Amino acid sequence: MTAASTWSACAALVRRDLILVWRRRGDALNPVLFALMVIALFPLALGPEPEVLRRIAAGVVFVALLIAGLLALDTLFRSDYEDGSLEQLVLSPHPLSLLLACKIGVHWLTTALPLIIVAPLLGELLHLPAEVRWVLVGALLLATPLLSLIGAVCVALTVGMHRSGMLLALLVLPLYVPILIFGAGACNAAALALPHAAPLLWLAAALVVALVVAPLACAAALRISLS
Amino acid sequence: MHASPDHERPPLLEARGLAFARNDEPVFGPLDFALHAGEVVLIEGDNGSGKTTLLRVLSGLLAPGEGEIRLQGEPLTLAAIAPQVALLSHANGLKPELTTLENLRFAAGLNGVRPGISPPTALAGVGLSGYEDVPTRRLSAGQKKRVALARVLLAPVALWLLDEPYANLDLDGINLVNRLLENHANRGGAALITSHGAYAYTSGRPRSIPLNPNAVLGGNSSSDASEPAASKSISAGAAPTSQQERVR
Repeated sequence: MTAASTWSACAALVRRDLILVWRRRGDALNPVLFALMVIALFPLALGPEPEVLRRIAAGVVFVALLIAGLLALDTLFRSDYEDGSLEQLVLSPHPLSLLLACKIGVHWLTTALPLIIVAPLLGELLHLPAEVRWVLVGALLLATPLLSLIGAVCVALTVGMHRSGMLLALLVLPLYVPILIFGAGACNAAALALPHAAPLLWLAAALVVALVVAPLACAAALRISLS
Repeated sequence: MHASPDHERPPLLEARGLAFARNDEPVFGPLDFALHAGEVVLIEGDNGSGKTTLLRVLSGLLAPGEGEIRLQGEPLTLAAIAPQVALLSHANGLKPELTTLENLRFAAGLNGVRPGISPPTALAGVGLSGYEDVPTRRLSAGQKKRVALARVLLAPVALWLLDEPYANLDLDGINLVNRLLENHANRGGAALITSHGAYAYTSGRPRSIPLNPNAVLGGNSSSDASEPAASKSISAGAAPTSQQERVR
């Protein structure tokens, strides 16, 4: 008998999920389009004065990306649950938490990273000050993996339920609020030329904890959902 | 893995007083049975009699309500059974966007492969050579079932838990399942298969575990493995021959 090594199992899973994203690449653009629409509507609603937009730019970009990520979150386990692949993952001879960490990683890479890449552009639409731009990108690089990890645990809890979208939002949003406060807070501090390292470091610390704890919690939640 | 049924060793899978209830409503049981290497056992019952639930309990996905399950003499845990079991369930675990071969390659990467078999040969083994590059969503229900069977065939495990493996299959497919089961038993594997009674495993010496609430549950239907049984034992419903002809 040749058992697959855990490393090759993770590689197979990452490869499969990347192929699946590529085959459904129309859907993969949805979060970016959503964020673009939200941000394009703000100047229309508030008027084009650069002073007003400049002040709210970082916060608006952060909120738009957070909600775009929330919309993409449901796809994390949904199709795997429906077609039975999740059952096969649970019954594979490898640590489920590690496999789920790979899945969450691919999900972040394909839903959040495109948003981070367009974030400076979205900021430009709202006259985001140049000195805040890279603080925003840095805050997003720390905050979005944290959002994905925390969101994955909540998705794992609700995946067995029908029409769980609202419940998921209710579960996830309170947990997202501190991340939003720290992330947008760093940007606002940078806009006022105040020190902004502390909130970023808080995000980094939370990310380190979540990287370790969230896959384990996610695996436990999925086992509950499947039973 | 041993080549022949060896009843001196603890059975591959053993259930004692196994029962399951959902919201205090009994689903099945209590059941007592033992599954040894080299055996194929049929779980029979009407629709809704708990066959699928039983397989999910035995695979470790669901916790049993009462009683205990032993895997090679040790209490069953998900971690212990996962490297030893292949489960075919109603949701066949195939990605519709991937080709048949990509699906099997993923399964091979995840679970490893049985020596002497590879994803393409497993696909040929279920009669789907030539379909390697066809997206799975384009296949018929029966062909999808065959791909799922190829995944089971590929896995380097001793225990197969197959939920309605005959569903959606044509007569040729039913014979294929029987042949796969026979080969698996001959190389020392064991299988539990469910059936609502329309089709039955026809070769070897199948024992059956009746799950119908009104069926008589005795130790004899499960524990006297030494007695060669008749070619098949049906506890629920229709005669297999007429059903199989209707399929044709």
